Amino acid sequence: MAFNYEKDAHNIVTITMDMPNRSANVLNEEFAQSLKETLTRVQQETDLAGVIITSAKKTFVAGADLEGMLTVRDAGAMFNEIQTMKRFFRGMEKSGKPFVAAINGAAMGGGFEVALACHYRVLMNSRDAQVGLPEVTLGLIPGGGGITRMVRMLGLETALPLLMEGKRLAPAEALKLGVVNELAENREELIEKAKAWILANPNPSQPWDAKGYRIPGGDPKTPKVAQMLAVAPAMLLKKTNGNFPAPQAILSAAVEGALVDFDTADRIESRYLASVATGNVAKNMISAFWFQLNKINAGGSRPEGFDRHTTKKVGVLGAGMMGSGIAYACATSGIPVVLKDTTLERAEKGKAYTAKVLGPRVEKGRMKPEQLEQTLALIHPTTEADDLKGCDLIIEAVFEDRDIKKQATQEAEARLEPTAVFASNTSTLPITGLASVSERPANFIGLHFFSPVDKMQLVEIIIGKETSKETLAKAFDFVRQIKKTPIVVNDSRGFYTSRVFATYTNEGMLLLAEGQHPRAIESAGVKAGMPVGPLAVSDEVSLSLMQHVRRQTEKDLMAEGKEIPHNPANTVIDAMLEKSRPGRAGGGGFYEYPKDAKKHLWPGLAELFPQTGQQLDQDAMIERLLFIQAIETARCIEENVVLSIADANIGSIFGWGFAAHKGGTAQFINDYGVRNFVDRAKVLATTYGERFAPPALLIRMAEAGETFPMS
Amino acid sequence: MSQEAFIYDAIRTPRGRGKASGTLHEIKPVDLVAGLLHELQRRHGFDSAQVDDVILGCVTPVADQGANIAKTAALYAGWDNVVAGQQINRFCASGLEAVNHAAMRVRSGWEDLVVAGGVESMSRVPMGSDGGAMMLDPGVSARLHFVPQGIGADLIATLEGFSREDVDNFAVRSHRNAATAAANGWFKKSLIPVHDLNCLPVLDRDELIRPDTSLEGLGSLAPSFVQMGDFGFDAVAMMRYPTVERISHVHTAGNSSGIVDGAAAVLVGSKEKGDALGLKPRARVVAAAVTGSEPTIMLTGPAPASRKALAKAGMSVNDIDLFEVNEAFASVVLKFQREMGVDPDKVNVNGGSIAMGHPLGATGAMLLGTVLDELERRDKNTALITLCVGGGMGIATIIERV
Repeated sequence: MAFNYEKDAHNIVTITMDMPNRSANVLNEEFAQSLKETLTRVQQETDLAGVIITSAKKTFVAGADLEGMLTVRDAGAMFNEIQTMKRFFRGMEKSGKPFVAAINGAAMGGGFEVALACHYRVLMNSRDAQVGLPEVTLGLIPGGGGITRMVRMLGLETALPLLMEGKRLAPAEALKLGVVNELAENREELIEKAKAWILANPNPSQPWDAKGYRIPGGDPKTPKVAQMLAVAPAMLLKKTNGNFPAPQAILSAAVEGALVDFDTADRIESRYLASVATGNVAKNMISAFWFQLNKINAGGSRPEGFDRHTTKKVGVLGAGMMGSGIAYACATSGIPVVLKDTTLERAEKGKAYTAKVLGPRVEKGRMKPEQLEQTLALIHPTTEADDLKGCDLIIEAVFEDRDIKKQATQEAEARLEPTAVFASNTSTLPITGLASVSERPANFIGLHFFSPVDKMQLVEIIIGKETSKETLAKAFDFVRQIKKTPIVVNDSRGFYTSRVFATYTNEGMLLLAEGQHPRAIESAGVKAGMPVGPLAVSDEVSLSLMQHVRRQTEKDLMAEGKEIPHNPANTVIDAMLEKSRPGRAGGGGFYEYPKDAKKHLWPGLAELFPQTGQQLDQDAMIERLLFIQAIETARCIEENVVLSIADANIGSIFGWGFAAHKGGTAQFINDYGVRNFVDRAKVLATTYGERFAPPALLIRMAEAGETFPMS
Repeated sequence: MSQEAFIYDAIRTPRGRGKASGTLHEIKPVDLVAGLLHELQRRHGFDSAQVDDVILGCVTPVADQGANIAKTAALYAGWDNVVAGQQINRFCASGLEAVNHAAMRVRSGWEDLVVAGGVESMSRVPMGSDGGAMMLDPGVSARLHFVPQGIGADLIATLEGFSREDVDNFAVRSHRNAATAAANGWFKKSLIPVHDLNCLPVLDRDELIRPDTSLEGLGSLAPSFVQMGDFGFDAVAMMRYPTVERISHVHTAGNSSGIVDGAAAVLVGSKEKGDALGLKPRARVVAAAVTGSEPTIMLTGPAPASRKALAKAGMSVNDIDLFEVNEAFASVVLKFQREMGVDPDKVNVNGGSIAMGHPLGATGAMLLGTVLDELERRDKNTALITLCVGGGMGIATIIERV
């Protein structure tokens, strides 16, 4: 039995959820069975005063069992299962006896829905005891009555943003909104308050079951609500481009439910849950944002056998945009940083970046001024290499030039303990080559941060040929120490993220060179689920940098006696640079950047890349933009550049914003179906070029009926 | 010489009880319609761009049903942008009026393929939600001597001498006929089950039919319009009918049409278009007519409308094999039979709105589909469909199998 059952002298039954062999209670078949048995027993009580539901775990209920959600495809079974659960919930609230949720810890998703089905909620006033319905963040919807009850409790206007953004509420917020009724400071008080309410309210009913009940703020026909609802779908589409079914389903279930009686609304909600839960997007998102992200953060790609390492002092070489961002990430995690540049002015400016980012937080009262002072005190700007002494990690973020990097490496290494790790933040130069100038190549590693560092969660760790496992373990632990997400890749040109990302910008430029309308290309990029179009992001990266990297690569390949690959997108970059259109930083690229107005496409594009009469439709462009990234990812997997599917997927989403609804570049292939993907890639290769040819790995997988792992 | 308007198909949803507890309450009217549009395409495989217009009757066109539900549903169902859409309202005649409209346009040669039908989710958009001067503007209501339809139905019974037993007997017959037809699967061909967004079944049968309906059971129901009459509506009606001393309130919830949710769609087109799309015509629209009648009694329109249609067709009552007379109230049908001299065994042979319900805007198109199926089953040729209509109107359509 997963629930403990206890009846006290006041005839109050306390149900304590305590599912065996689990650290948290989750909603699954076992839970439903236990709930059923327990409620049956409650019904048989003749002198019952009321029921308290609480948990023996640290949390109340963690939510639905997501493992099952990864595989569920039978909408009918799913619908019946959730309807069964809802009958128990409904039975509780219509029993005529008081049910109180004594929420001892976090109650998320289905867990909070259990609490919502009670007449009264007392919540532990602790930082961990958040409540909320975050289903939407995993492509799901609160289908256990959460939508129906929140709408009836708060009204559409208040409930919809909470539901559609999956907001987690701290105890004080939850109390203020009214989704919990009381806070308690400790476990004893929690139960005391629950009991007191039961004794004071022997025959409660939910407001929505009382005669004359009206939804707060009015139903969807109320003019004010109708006005809001008329805009809501457009606001949502603007945000999602129609790629995310869950928030749309929440909006529909909420509005449709508000037009009918409670039980019909509850059933409509179940139908929408069955629909999104059995769909691909939920599976993609659960796979990426739950299983794979958890696996990565738990150390899935960290070598075993090394103790967790805590980095005590970091030296950052170069106080440019990346260097100052890295210094910020260290200081805000409490690690002292030496920020070195060639002039003190530049080093100071790098430190000032942290003040600039944190300033607004202090102004909004989210950070105390003394905390800011403490953080800033951790950053030591300098020009002196000797100040690097005592650092156990150096992160080099100087200009992407081998000679400059060589000098920086040797200057720092001379002052370091032999155990110190030296990391390069290069995004383009192979690590093994950079390590060749190091005296301790085993301690040399790549730590590729993304810009802006304060916002971007990902760090790509690059293993050079000589990099030791211990160095990798230390680097991994450091990335976790600064609360970022590490993926681990082997050394290769462009590593994983820059290499695959480049296929996106290249494909966009190729479309332009083919004579496709530039706005249509950009629109396709955004509809594909990328944060910005390929031309816009090329402008951000800067076309001159792209050319610089290419020339460096060509120089290297020539030196190695290797063939220089021909990339037709290069002609676009060269043509643009010839017209002095290097990108945003250089004053303009594919776009113009007027001072007082929004950026717009550069009219000169029409002349430089005349439009062809054969304009592709959006779907065709979207397909090319996504396929090319997935194919390049498969090549990286095949070539052992990226070492785990989780890293490939999370790296693509967190690194360059690959379509989250597809669950990452590798999961995109699962989503499409490996065999279908291979067949389609062959067609694209024939039509648009060999770059679309499916890698042998995928052909083999298709033949064997294999897919990439989803957890 | 005008061309024929062929009926290529006529389908409908089941009718769900028109209450919050009804099975179709959770289904939006736009989904009821979209399901039928998809089914028409699935059955006949035509490109939706071939359809000129979608004309849907809907009597309470507000909220879920407002702002031209026909065009809304066509777009929502994914039909081509070139398909136009129009919602019409001739009260209870709307569904049949939509078919007549379609037939007229095809016969005129100005359109080639039209989907006509109707929809009414009475559980979601209750009758009267759209207001209206006829009932709610005191000046208008008083000048028109407006009374609720039930008073009109009771007035018909009073004038014709139909007893409570007469009307209850008719109701029993409606249920019995409908139950027999349903049990034998005679509705199956054209009754398209309703599914949810997961394609899970929601409803696949008419929810209102009660095979065990008995005269005793019906007899125990209280008359529905006594109080209304007492308020003054009886007096208003009797001002128009000075020979009536007292209105006999015989109609109850059991012998009046049921409140339900449902939709219907009829595919009407020219011969050429049908040939081009490989469609097989099932019947042709021979004639159609609408008429006005005395508005206080309101419900006596079927006979004059039918006479008008028969005259246009050059036919007599005897030329008609089967009749569908909408069972708005039992007395309406009984009066029609008497006035037209029609053999009751030819009327509503598979039951009607008393047994299955009357989804206002859709009913006319449903009746047409039901009687066409029955003509085919019996291998008969001609049918006349008629309905009484609010405001004192009547409508009739004659079809003939081809």
